[in-house]
Amino acid sequence: MAKSIEEINEKIKKGKVVVFTAEEIIDVGKQKGVKKAAQEVDVVTTGTFGPMCSSGAYFNLGHTKPRIKLGGGKVYLNDVPAYTGLAAADFFIGATALPEDDPRNKIYPGRFSYGGGHVIEELVSGRDVRLVAMAYGTDCYPRKSLETYISLKDLNEAVLFNIRNAYQNYNVAVNLSDRVLYTYMGMLQPRLGNANYCSAGQLSPLLNDPYYKTIGIGTRIFLGGGIGYVVGSGTQHNPNVERTEKGVPKMGAGTLSVKGDLKMMSPKWLRGTSFIGYGSTLTIGIGIPIPILDEEILEYTMVRDEDIWAPVVDYSESYPQMISEPLGWVNYKELKSGKISVQGKEVPTSGLSSYFKAREIAQILKEWIQMGKFFLTKPVELLPSVDSGIIFKPFKERPIKKR
Amino acid sequence: MQKRRVVFNYPPHVVEQPVISKLVKDFDLTVNILRAHITPKEEGRLVLEITGKRQALEAGLHYIKELGVEVQPLAQDVKWYEDRCTHCTACVSICPPKALEVNRTTMEVSFKKERCIACGLCISACPYRAMEILF
Repeated sequence: MAKSIEEINEKIKKGKVVVFTAEEIIDVGKQKGVKKAAQEVDVVTTGTFGPMCSSGAYFNLGHTKPRIKLGGGKVYLNDVPAYTGLAAADFFIGATALPEDDPRNKIYPGRFSYGGGHVIEELVSGRDVRLVAMAYGTDCYPRKSLETYISLKDLNEAVLFNIRNAYQNYNVAVNLSDRVLYTYMGMLQPRLGNANYCSAGQLSPLLNDPYYKTIGIGTRIFLGGGIGYVVGSGTQHNPNVERTEKGVPKMGAGTLSVKGDLKMMSPKWLRGTSFIGYGSTLTIGIGIPIPILDEEILEYTMVRDEDIWAPVVDYSESYPQMISEPLGWVNYKELKSGKISVQGKEVPTSGLSSYFKAREIAQILKEWIQMGKFFLTKPVELLPSVDSGIIFKPFKERPIKKR
Repeated sequence: MQKRRVVFNYPPHVVEQPVISKLVKDFDLTVNILRAHITPKEEGRLVLEITGKRQALEAGLHYIKELGVEVQPLAQDVKWYEDRCTHCTACVSICPPKALEVNRTTMEVSFKKERCIACGLCISACPYRAMEILF
């Protein structure tokens, strides 16, 4: 018997909704059986907490007196440059933006201790941030410079807007070379010294809805401790990758674009992040409710760490040189045990995505729904799935001939 | 036999004296230097693992303190800021003595101070600056 989102929301209103986390549902589904569990369970909550580089935030400052046109000018927040190619009082800051005088990797490996992600965390913490702006001045916007403190509460709008988050599965990074590598997958010790992975596995949102049968444009979510929405599929969304028999992608596949009101969020779930030798970014907590509309959807949410396989990729050669052949495949149960086997060698593992926090997010979202504080939405349109014909293209270079 | 991990803080006037060799020869202690940072005419810091008979250890450390060297347990110098830690586990596979450890059931990271050798690898590995060595 199929359920509808409206019926589930009615149950939330009446306080009769049955919710489990994506971890709990594994046993619940097994004990009750798929048929009974699909009837009784209304929602399964997921969670993930990891570095997500294609994140940022846009703001509206309000108009100064006299007016200043930030558009086409320059804006710095705590020395981190923001994007100003917008109207007079709007600007956007990206998570990986760095102060212009940051030495980057000139002193290798660079520390990247402060960037756009840290600015966003400071604003969400309620702290004052220094805004320095330069403009060219016009008849209607005569002011040419501005130096002021701003805080989140003073801004008209402050919106987290991320163009690619919550990757459905990801590489496991190793290093076959003889030197330490500093990557976005963390520090990789030489000669298979460690293996770093980055997914919440069985708790991860898109791994619980592998064919995007419930998640789509307008899906209401937990975002950074507040409420956000799925805007659509994220950049590099690629449903057409190799999948297991149960439909679980065996590598990075789907992605999400999300947005939400920054003023409702908390620094606990938005953390400025620094990868030595690589750059700065933002770590974000995202939780997505999966409505259990039918048995098929319930079965997807029962996915276990041992059912989810990820490719082991060498970041000394294969990754930077775009060689796609992985060294092998491992599952998340193995990864979370602390060691995997690669080329016959036992390799210790580390996560970059916090399973501990992912579980907390799924639990919080579950409580919000049980308490009647969070209702589900019916997506306007589902994310493009395997039938979409999406082909993920590598870059085709067409060098410009110098005359 | 006892083993202790300590930090020696040298005042400038002791820096040029042979101190460790005294500990070895006169007090029969085994000294393993984990880290050292001493510049002439400036203060120096030394992270050591000292092994020996309890009485000899006490006497050796007493001698060091008499010289004006400040002695403190290593654990005080390495800090894990739990509020900054996201329990991502990035540190656990690179920590040689497994001082940073994860409970595989809860996936929660914890810091076992007494195992730490102050190698500093976690400082670079932690994306959230949750580890600090005052060194």
